[in-house]
Amino acid sequence: MSDKTFKMTLHVWRQNGPKDTGRFERYECPEVNPHMSFLEMLDDLNERLIEEGKEPISFDHDCREGICGACGMVINGVPHGPQRLTTTCQLHMRQFEKGPYEVWIEPFRAAAFPVIKDLAVDRGAFDRIISAGGYISVRTGSAPEANDQLIPKKIADRAMDAAECIGCGACVAACPNASASLFTSAKITHLGLLPQGQPERQDRVRKMVAQHDAEGFGGCTNHRECEAACPKGISVDFIAQMNRDLLKAMITAKDDVPSRD
Amino acid sequence: MELRSNEPTGPIEQRWTKHKAESKLVAPANRRKYEIIVVGSGLAGGAAAATLGELGYKVKCFCFQDSPRRAHSIAAQGGINAAKNYQNDGDSVFRLFYDTVKGGDFRARESNVYRLAELSVNIIDQCVAQGVPFAREYGGHLANRSFGGAQVSRTFYARGQTGQQLLLGAYSALQRQVAAGTVKMYPRTEMLELIVVDGEARGIVTRNLITGEVEAHTAHVVVLATGGYGNVFYLSTNAKGSNCTAAWRAHRKGAPFANPCFTQIHPTCIPQSGAYQSKLTLMSESLRNDGRVWVPRKKEDCDKDPNSIPEKDRYYFLEERYPAFGNLVPRDVASRNAMYVCNDGLGVGPMVEGQRRGVYLDFADAIKRLGEQTVRERYGNLFEMYQRITGDSPYNTPMRIYPAIHYTMGGLWVDYNLMSTIDGLFVGGEANFSDHGANRLGASALMQGLADGYFILPFTIGNYLGTKRSFKPVDGDHPAVKDAVAEVKSRLERLSNAPDPKHAPEYFHRKLGALLWDKCGMARNKAGLEEALREIPKLREQFYREVKITGTGEGFNQALERAGRVADFFELGELMCLDALHREESCGGHFREEYQEDGEAARDDEKFSYVAAWQWTGDSSKPQLLKEPLTFEYVKPAKRSYK
Repeated sequence: MSDKTFKMTLHVWRQNGPKDTGRFERYECPEVNPHMSFLEMLDDLNERLIEEGKEPISFDHDCREGICGACGMVINGVPHGPQRLTTTCQLHMRQFEKGPYEVWIEPFRAAAFPVIKDLAVDRGAFDRIISAGGYISVRTGSAPEANDQLIPKKIADRAMDAAECIGCGACVAACPNASASLFTSAKITHLGLLPQGQPERQDRVRKMVAQHDAEGFGGCTNHRECEAACPKGISVDFIAQMNRDLLKAMITAKDDVPSRD
Repeated sequence: MELRSNEPTGPIEQRWTKHKAESKLVAPANRRKYEIIVVGSGLAGGAAAATLGELGYKVKCFCFQDSPRRAHSIAAQGGINAAKNYQNDGDSVFRLFYDTVKGGDFRARESNVYRLAELSVNIIDQCVAQGVPFAREYGGHLANRSFGGAQVSRTFYARGQTGQQLLLGAYSALQRQVAAGTVKMYPRTEMLELIVVDGEARGIVTRNLITGEVEAHTAHVVVLATGGYGNVFYLSTNAKGSNCTAAWRAHRKGAPFANPCFTQIHPTCIPQSGAYQSKLTLMSESLRNDGRVWVPRKKEDCDKDPNSIPEKDRYYFLEERYPAFGNLVPRDVASRNAMYVCNDGLGVGPMVEGQRRGVYLDFADAIKRLGEQTVRERYGNLFEMYQRITGDSPYNTPMRIYPAIHYTMGGLWVDYNLMSTIDGLFVGGEANFSDHGANRLGASALMQGLADGYFILPFTIGNYLGTKRSFKPVDGDHPAVKDAVAEVKSRLERLSNAPDPKHAPEYFHRKLGALLWDKCGMARNKAGLEEALREIPKLREQFYREVKITGTGEGFNQALERAGRVADFFELGELMCLDALHREESCGGHFREEYQEDGEAARDDEKFSYVAAWQWTGDSSKPQLLKEPLTFEYVKPAKRSYK
């Protein structure tokens, strides 16, 4: 691994709000340091753009350590770029040391993720899916002693596997149907595995899936692109689990919660 | 003005119970008449908003991120302390209280700390009930580990993502209330001013970050849970967006800012690799449980492959200097010692500004002792993160670490009810100064955020409303509201139209950060602080003259957002230096080089056993100092020694 800088050409999607049609614009980066993160390369470009009197590129980001889920862009057709299990903020330019030196950068595209500006999109649909049932209804202060209910390590670990989802939306951007099944199923499985999540399990799956559909996300047709793009390695097995839970809930449903038809 | 802590008296273990029994309540049917604004949606803000909504208050919750789930609490890795004593190793509420007061170097209020330790056990119950997947033992019980200087295993954790899981728990509770209609969520909305009417906090002015619209929101109570100010140093482990603006605006409206110089350096971060660096990444302190910290004994070995350096030429400086605690000495001790060995020319890693700033954290022994599989289970995700950033694998080559700013103990002054001197202005989590004194122990930040949010604020706010009962109506036409909106608009105008625009806001932020890190960072001295106090106003003036914002304020404009935050960091940075200069002692994270004994911090309890709360006077270089004396009835101040 060297410290030698290299040249890159970027084609960045610029779009001034959801109604603008948008277009790629070309930028030259003459000195990319391999130890920079992808976002630091964009920071650097943005500072230059401001000094030249141009508008900087808008993109979401916050923690820059791969956990908040704010960042995300499609890099050469791949959400979060070429490195597996890596968010855009954790992608470092050493991945591009041997090329490609020409990179196309786009927002996460989906009807349910309207573009706010340039690479920043509105992922409020995810919050609404959680609001539809992605919780365990427990009042503050009404919890029993934590060790009263034992949870086998295997189950707790599996729940944690699902709970690791950071809600970035890469799964949606990767899916040809723009489905948010991976995101939705991760939360359903996380809570559905735990004893505390049982009372609301059937309601939860029906309500969350109904909200998922109402937001305009597509259905899952087993392309598995989501799992490949997921920076946290969330497994498509959870989608199968969600579908099982959903089927069971629909068969045994006794009330009129809207369900998938 | 006198600072009244309003803490209950009597035996410490009964104070919170007694306070609750004596407090006023608001009847369920009356709660919906009260509007509460919560700024920030992290552990403290998210938990408070969810709980207040659940109680039936009308809550509005604001965050600058695109979703409340992104708040920076999410990045906490290691764990959360609770005095459950599940390990039967002698832990208790008193022990956790004692450790926290001592760890804070006797600069925290005993009553608050005791309450925190007391509530810690309820937090774990609450989170487990929400479905937080804490680590478990094979028998199905909750697992614990020892963490950052504690001699008991009281830390609960969820892999290396404890903050994420706790935040997602609070977020799910919050979204549940959003669905129930008790909380209205305002993401991508930044608070830019506090509205004060007749000495009471009655609302905030916000900017919608998508449309640029400046708007006033009025309420009966305002809660700030807006996090810490570590980003004043530019490079820190905070998220890029973390800022002090909400707290600083409240400070300028009359809320004293307490102990701003108490900043915590985290010993285990990935060293800076170059000038373009935008933030520093923390490696969880839990790594020190199994990793051994060392540097080469000889300067000529510093650029060699570490695996080629024989055992006898390795200097395990923490183990040698502190045999009782070894690699688990508190954060400030570990950090300063890393700085000293690097200053002695024994640092490793790339040269940055002529010095190698890094020490090794080596897992070779742990892998030998536990096997790679166990090490992978404990730290796998941290090792992967390290490798992604540096390109090196800690399984084969020691990590390089160096201290970085991580947490700020200082913050807005609050009383026992977590209320500022402005009535109706409550402050929770890292944004207040209350529980950690001069130094925070590992795995205590999550504990404090959730204690404030779930269990303290919902209760003390009820007491405030129940005591006060009648409020004058305040709406958008009130002169105080109109003035606050006008102030915000003129500030945004000023930032957008600098007379000689040249550089992006980051340019100035980097300069301020470097200056503060150098003069008011891990070690401070009088001459350095005085120099910083001369330089900051000059740099600030240059900022207002040359800051360049392109694009318009009427829309999404991230440069404009940052400019406002940097402007406030300038004033806060100045206050930090003033505070550090006035505190002529060393304690916790505040290390004045003039005040040390055998290389250890030398506290001066006779002169400085107080909270320094600074009141805004209109001139940022001349704030007024208010003192809240600290008394210690239960933990007698002693010299902190980890030898």
